Amino acid sequence: MSQTVANDLPGIHWPAGLNRVPYQVYSDEALARREQSVLFEGPVWSFLCLEAEVPNVNDVATTFVGEAPVIVARDPDGNLNAFENRCAHRGALLCLKSHDNTRRISCVYHNWVYDLKGNLTSVTFQKGIHGKGGMPADFDRQQHGLRRLLVANVNGLLFGTFSTNAPPIEEYLGPEILKRIKRVMHKPVKVLGYIDQGLPSNWKLYMENVKDPYHASLLHTFFTTFKLNRLSQPGGIVVSESGAHHVSYSMLEGRDKASEYEKTELRAKKEDYRLADPTILDGVDEIGDGISLQILAVFPNFILQQIQNALAVRKVLPKGVAKSDLIWTHFGYVDDDAKMTETRLKQSNLVGPAGYISMEDGAVGGFIQRTVAGAGDSKEIIEMGGRGVEAGLHDTRATEMPIRGFWQEYRARMGI
Amino acid sequence: MDHQLQLEIENLYARYVHCIDEDRLEDWPGFFAEDGRYQITTAENHERSLPIGIFFASSRGMLQDRVSALREANIYEPQRYRHSVSAILVTGSDGGMVQARANFQVIRVMRDGTMDLFATGRYLDKITSRGTAMKFAERLVILDNKRIDTLLAIPI
Repeated sequence: MSQTVANDLPGIHWPAGLNRVPYQVYSDEALARREQSVLFEGPVWSFLCLEAEVPNVNDVATTFVGEAPVIVARDPDGNLNAFENRCAHRGALLCLKSHDNTRRISCVYHNWVYDLKGNLTSVTFQKGIHGKGGMPADFDRQQHGLRRLLVANVNGLLFGTFSTNAPPIEEYLGPEILKRIKRVMHKPVKVLGYIDQGLPSNWKLYMENVKDPYHASLLHTFFTTFKLNRLSQPGGIVVSESGAHHVSYSMLEGRDKASEYEKTELRAKKEDYRLADPTILDGVDEIGDGISLQILAVFPNFILQQIQNALAVRKVLPKGVAKSDLIWTHFGYVDDDAKMTETRLKQSNLVGPAGYISMEDGAVGGFIQRTVAGAGDSKEIIEMGGRGVEAGLHDTRATEMPIRGFWQEYRARMGI
Repeated sequence: MDHQLQLEIENLYARYVHCIDEDRLEDWPGFFAEDGRYQITTAENHERSLPIGIFFASSRGMLQDRVSALREANIYEPQRYRHSVSAILVTGSDGGMVQARANFQVIRVMRDGTMDLFATGRYLDKITSRGTAMKFAERLVILDNKRIDTLLAIPI
């Protein structure tokens, strides 16, 4: 466990422990600026997109690292690059589309042109017009490429970092997280759909929600209301070695019973049905290990989701202090047949802004956000399951340890 | 133009949005055939032929479950919609199946009085006129707005 050093920024008073969080962290503008420069542009790995979104040479996709707009591009050599989506000249956005296929990236403002490695290849009228004007003779295009990120590809998940000081991605994630990423990303995937959910809250409130096993059965009552008997299933929490990342999972039934369900459906016991059409829950144990739910969060703002056969990646992008965007990318495997796609389509009803077990998550952060202005110096109580962070497996969901792990990492990186 | 058919489709669309806007959600599944399909997705997903959107149902039972969940299970702030439907166009009619489309805007009003343009887009419909009443065999709700604010509970 890393040392937590109380080093207040103006206006925010941090307690020594991880079990209290001042509400100003969701509204403070100076803190948000520090997040961008120190956290998001510091030595973290941010999720960019799926490799499946840029499968071909000259494919580009746009995303954000914190609030910095970023382009991911597959260059003519087939290599993956990422760089800032911001012209070196006057700072205009370069790519306006979410996805494109293009041999070069040109700025609409003055037509400065970049290749798909982010190099500045052409400056319009660099030598002037009829010998007049133009850039100074010593202007060196090679010095004015787009700010680059290092890109790491983890089984089809593309991560990027602006910093040259980030550890290798495998080290950043740690073996427990890496193993569980590979469990889901074990074969090539394809995108099945995008959803962009606007959240009325600071991005950290959504990440805390993801890292909060305590609320799941209390806020989300779909399974209990329809008596779908899912909450007594064995499962637990795995906190990464660093404390920064975590996995929450649950099993189908007892391990000994998992095999009998593998080739049949994941549905609940028949006598408990109250759904008029329970085929929404029909599915298969496609990974074959009996784990019916795995939510994996990578610091600072990435989530990999497997809920039965509903697979998705989510990234939480800050949009000022009081808003954020939650981008869902649903995916399946390249070798899915039509029936499997229909299964994923039905199960996707569980998640997203309209999802049976997730619609509340978009709103609940907003309920907190609305109280922040009047909260003064008061602090959140985060001590379910103790006051510290311990790496490893915890076989209870009555804990808020993953949230404390988030704050431990956040404070260490932010120097507060 | 088949004036009678146009009027029947306009009447169907009007009854549909009044049902939702008046919070008679229990009547909403009845606008669909037993095996009717209903999907809310974005124009981006639709144009790229990406199958997963925001909500999907392939039976009237799944729509009934949606309503039960909204009434019994899901937690969301009290809110109402006001639909405006326009440019209702019958694009085809063949063997008891009518194809039609329309534009919509949905204003969402929260209990505290906050009013937002929540959704705008188009309905792409297949309507069966077999039997006594017209029912949706398929209603695709294609949102022009790719961002959903906070959550989407009530159907569109």
